[in-house]
Amino acid sequence: MSKLKYEGPVIKKMNAGLMNKFGTRTEYQPVKHIEGVAVKDMIAKYGSPLFVLSERQMRNNYQAALRAFKTRYPKVQFAWSYKTHYNNAVCNVYHQEGSWAEVVSGFEYHKALKNGVPGNKIIFNGPDKSIDELNEAIKNDSLIHIDHFDELYALIELSDNLSKKPRVAIRVNMDTGIYPMWDRFGFNYENGTAWNAITKIVASGKLNLVGLHCHIGTYMLAPWAYAIAASKLCDLAWHSKNQLNNPIQYLDLGGGFPSANTLKGAYLPGSDTVPHIEEFAEAISSTIISYGFKPDELPLLILESGRALIDDAGYLLGSVLANKRLSDGRRATIMDFGVNILFTSFWYDHKISPAQDFTHHSEDQVLYGPLCMNIDVVRESVNLPVLNKGDQVVVHKVGAYNMTQWMQFIAMRPNVIMIDMKGENHVIRQKETLQYMEMLEETPQHLKDFKL
Amino acid sequence: MKLKKNIATSESGFVFNPSSGDSFSLNTIGAEILLQMKESKSSEEIKKDILNRYDVDKSLLEKDWDDFMSQLRDNNLLEF
Ligand SMILES: Cc1ncc(COP(=O)(O)O)c(C=O)c1O
Repeated sequence: MSKLKYEGPVIKKMNAGLMNKFGTRTEYQPVKHIEGVAVKDMIAKYGSPLFVLSERQMRNNYQAALRAFKTRYPKVQFAWSYKTHYNNAVCNVYHQEGSWAEVVSGFEYHKALKNGVPGNKIIFNGPDKSIDELNEAIKNDSLIHIDHFDELYALIELSDNLSKKPRVAIRVNMDTGIYPMWDRFGFNYENGTAWNAITKIVASGKLNLVGLHCHIGTYMLAPWAYAIAASKLCDLAWHSKNQLNNPIQYLDLGGGFPSANTLKGAYLPGSDTVPHIEEFAEAISSTIISYGFKPDELPLLILESGRALIDDAGYLLGSVLANKRLSDGRRATIMDFGVNILFTSFWYDHKISPAQDFTHHSEDQVLYGPLCMNIDVVRESVNLPVLNKGDQVVVHKVGAYNMTQWMQFIAMRPNVIMIDMKGENHVIRQKETLQYMEMLEETPQHLKDFKL
Repeated sequence: MKLKKNIATSESGFVFNPSSGDSFSLNTIGAEILLQMKESKSSEEIKKDILNRYDVDKSLLEKDWDDFMSQLRDNNLLEF
């Protein structure tokens, strides 16, 4: 006779009528498959923890976002935000879909070039571009988005003896009614610095001011803030054309559209509160279209959306290492993944699903990562079925920023796989090895050995 | 390890403590353990029964057992 499936004994006090602070219990579905591939099999083959990306979901997100804008505005171009996820396979999915590249460092710039993105389809953002990098970007006819006056003057100097003017834009920061206001990047709109930068560029005669850029924040929940941003960029473009006779070819509204993740401390899950991408598209498109440009002078609209295009295409599979009770009686579950690879657990209450069947009994618990470090907490409080050692879980919506911001701290980084359109798995980044980790280390001769 | 005398338990996993007014729900194994405790079976007997019927190794059961007993105690369901 085969034995019954075991689950540890649980007792739970019933608080009739009291709404618990964990809200609706949507986390109660086992997730055994991703894109038709069994979680169990993936972990058996590639180890635990394991990042899994869905190519289908990435393409779906991209196409839906493109459609949302293209059905409202005639000229739209997306540029993939490398910092959001710069694994080459991932970047190339978006490049295949038609995305340009948006980079913020020399490292990312070279990654985009190496991926085959033509130089004139790379947007070079950020406060840190070395003189060599600027020269290279000029040579490649890339779109250089100027962040500060020091960079502006450096560019004018570099352009002194060039026959072809470098193509530049300025990053503009502004009050869109959103707090906190990101005023550390670019030139401010309200106090006139942005206009000042525009006039300096045009007056120099050395640079070709082709665009205006802003990126008002990330995980923005207010479509109307984009309408304000768009109208302020339109205002600058309008004056650049009419006062300086310098028409602006494109407006780049940046990224920042939210994914359906739940921010820490939010009462309702992100899936209930996050506006649809169509609402952002409507706010931006209608503002620019109604601004008053002649139809043939409407600027190209560029978007640098990252998070919204990839977050829900990424999953983290993991396993339970142990259970324990804390001094106050709370249950603690220790997972084999922590903040080292799930950096976004500092911002989000990630949804976590068991990957196997369970009974309806659940307990409020804290989920810890495996690091010997006090802040390694994946969820401070989550109501989940009781998980035993070895049980597997699926963490949802982890595709954005984790695989770029992960830390090599205490543990090494795991395999990353992509499930392609046909349901086939591909390793797109191998798990790290000790040899790889030590590749760049050098031990001076006198420290090579010791006796203990 | 003895259950307090007046505790009401049901096979479906409902537990009521009339002296405090608290009620509790248990999962299947929890309910089985409580019912057997009510029949005054010893810890060893109950654990043996679970090991026989469920797919679980001894060390995991020991650990879960201690955890469960401490929860019963925290909820004032045990004699001492
Ligand atoms: C300039 C710029 N563009 C685009 C992005 C992508 O933002 P998101 O992933 O929120 O869409 C960022 C991210 O911070 C950024 O700094």
